[in-house]
Amino acid sequence: MTDEARLPDPRLDADDRDVVLSSRVRLARNLSGQPFLNRASETQCANIVRTTQHVLLNASISEKIIWIDLDEINAHDRSLLVERHLISRNLAESTLHRGVAISGDEQLSVMVNEEDHLRIQVLRPGSNIDSAFQQVRSTDIQLEQQLDFAFSDRWGYLAVCPTNVGTGIRFSIMVHLPGLRITNELGKVRRAAKELHLAVRGYYGEGSESSGNIFQISNQVTLGSTEEDLRDIFTERIVPALLDYERSARQVLLKRNPTLLDDRVHRALNILRSARLLKVEEAMKLLSRVRLGVCLERLHVPLPQLDDLFIQIQPAHLRQHVNCALNAEEELEIRASLVREVLKDAD
Amino acid sequence: MKCDLCSKPAVVHEVTISGGAKKEVHLCLEHAQAAGIAIPGQQPINKVLSKFVIGKKEGMGEGHRRCGGCGCTFGQIKQANLIGCPECYRAFEEPLAQLIDQSQFGNTEHVGRIPRKMHTPSHNEIRARKLMRELDAAVTAEQYERAAELRDRLNELTTNVEHEDESTEGNAGP
Repeated sequence: MTDEARLPDPRLDADDRDVVLSSRVRLARNLSGQPFLNRASETQCANIVRTTQHVLLNASISEKIIWIDLDEINAHDRSLLVERHLISRNLAESTLHRGVAISGDEQLSVMVNEEDHLRIQVLRPGSNIDSAFQQVRSTDIQLEQQLDFAFSDRWGYLAVCPTNVGTGIRFSIMVHLPGLRITNELGKVRRAAKELHLAVRGYYGEGSESSGNIFQISNQVTLGSTEEDLRDIFTERIVPALLDYERSARQVLLKRNPTLLDDRVHRALNILRSARLLKVEEAMKLLSRVRLGVCLERLHVPLPQLDDLFIQIQPAHLRQHVNCALNAEEELEIRASLVREVLKDAD
Repeated sequence: MKCDLCSKPAVVHEVTISGGAKKEVHLCLEHAQAAGIAIPGQQPINKVLSKFVIGKKEGMGEGHRRCGGCGCTFGQIKQANLIGCPECYRAFEEPLAQLIDQSQFGNTEHVGRIPRKMHTPSHNEIRARKLMRELDAAVTAEQYERAAELRDRLNELTTNVEHEDESTEGNAGP
């Protein structure tokens, strides 16, 4: 194994990376004087794409911005964007005229003709809601200089769905909760989330299942508070409480039966290092255990490398990795081979 | 009884009496669907029920009135939980208020950001009114810390807008 992998991971505690994989802030915006997408004609949808594309490419919202016409690229490329969380599954599968503007560092993306005309989102690794919020706010300010967003005095920014009206803002964190899963505490988390008006979703957001004990937690209320107040509740109350809960559960596992914990994580690591065929679900489940072991310092694998593996083993990324189409068995084989390669130095 | 248009058994029987004249139509499942006649048993129960509730609560008038912007009815909005266009928010203001209230857990008014182009004295007045209301509520509830925060926000209202833009405008790129 390399020296780099033997050193304690300096990023383990930075930005709460032991629990939080990424933070996202998004805004829902619609153009005034235009029907929403569920009532828009094909021509109107195309006009919305044309108008917003021009603004997005010229508004200096990022040093480098790439426009992708989602009608023009194939399903495989759209899946790649979904797997990187740059577009939603909804947008990938939609039949409307649609597109996305993505910043060079892939942290800012503006989806056009998703559920609303515009969905502005900023993604950051780790727990970084504040900086994501700053960037989403400045993008909003720049875009509104050239676009008139639908707005009412009573209800604020108008959206297709009443659940997004007002600020149109959604704060979310993608969290890894193996401790709460193993200690059977997830039910309590879900109940508490419901009482606090939070949504708990799976790995790919709305409508998706949890995979590898990874969940997205986000606010449901978008009206009646300022963006700053919503952010403060999320970052000062919700996130710390959730992190404490998960960390306590991990400590319980460690104290109650360290041998059982070690057995669990090392067994997972060794299956991953010897498997010749791996389904994505199985790989996510085992990687989740390895990640738990790394965060409790029972194993040594650089965390960013491990987190990247969660993305690299997804079907479209695997296909990209070998640069050719894969049949079902080839996909399992390539996934297993990639995982073995990345984890070969873990100990 | 056979279908009027083929030899299959008729499953839909529609009787219309207009101007004293009785007209009967008997159709099989396929021809009934082709004619756009709804088959109650073929529809999910939630759709049938939500139509029934809308009809009962809003009455024919509200359920069938159309938005001048996009032509949709409030019945359609309620069924899909999707609004048709910005104009719908004006056309169906009161029934929508109920829907929004439910979706937003009792929150009914925007107090967040206002687009820069709309930073007019009248909007600051709206904000100030909202803050005053919140301040009164905080004092009544003896939440003095919250009241102090609201009072500060009220005092800063006139300068807040410029401050907000200055602090965020330079952060466009990563």
